[in-house]
Amino acid sequence: MKLDKLVKELTLEVKTCRECLQKDITGAYVSDLLSDVMANSRDGNIWITLQTHMNIVAVAGLKNLAGILIVGGRRPEDEIIRKAEEEKVAIMTTPMPAFEAAGRIYQMLQ
Amino acid sequence: MLWQIGMALNLDESIEQSFQLIGGNFNNAGESSSQLKRILSKLGADESIITRAAVAMFEAEMNVIIYAAAGWVRFTITPQLVKIRVEDMGPGIENIELAMKEGYSTAPDWVREMGWGAGMGLPNMKKNSDEFKIESVVGEGTTIEMVIHFP
Repeated sequence: MKLDKLVKELTLEVKTCRECLQKDITGAYVSDLLSDVMANSRDGNIWITLQTHMNIVAVAGLKNLAGILIVGGRRPEDEIIRKAEEEKVAIMTTPMPAFEAAGRIYQMLQ
Repeated sequence: MLWQIGMALNLDESIEQSFQLIGGNFNNAGESSSQLKRILSKLGADESIITRAAVAMFEAEMNVIIYAAAGWVRFTITPQLVKIRVEDMGPGIENIELAMKEGYSTAPDWVREMGWGAGMGLPNMKKNSDEFKIESVVGEGTTIEMVIHFP
């Protein structure tokens, strides 16, 4: 499934890298611990988190993740948006809490 | 001449780069590991090796940024392997065996709130490298050397 479909279905707000929406999603990983994401996420996963600081961009880039979904209505600062745009990392936001976002994505991926 | 034995990289000379790290400078974290990843990708290294090397290096970088005043990281790429060396001027580690245990961390709360300091950094480094060496002197600093072989 393309990231694009997820964005439309869940009405996610796309903050960075619109061209990344053509990427295929291999699954999702939910965690707010960055080392856990580095250890256990897989290539092409969408990462569901409430972290919004700079290091999420590097983690997503290093792990070849399909994108970052920031939940709970949190918003990344401009500096992070610039960095993500530069590194071609898609960041999306939603007011949904992690549980709900993960549940809906899980259903869509079945 | 183009030649390749197994998965070894086609490389005439080894590539070496080093980077300085300043403690507390979270915003630039990941620069050296991104650079390592870019170079390995360009050289056509195996994807899983690239990720292992980049993750190991990023974790090492983060530890310097979280715990030390300053430090430096260096990577060397040869046709057979990647070597990563990290040295810091930090507090040092009192009990290395304990520090290597998954879940053990001495990170302050504000670092944990960022999602770091979960006691996974050193174990992640070890897991992702083929050879892992750590030396530390309390009050002076810590040195880590990791080697990842191309299959």
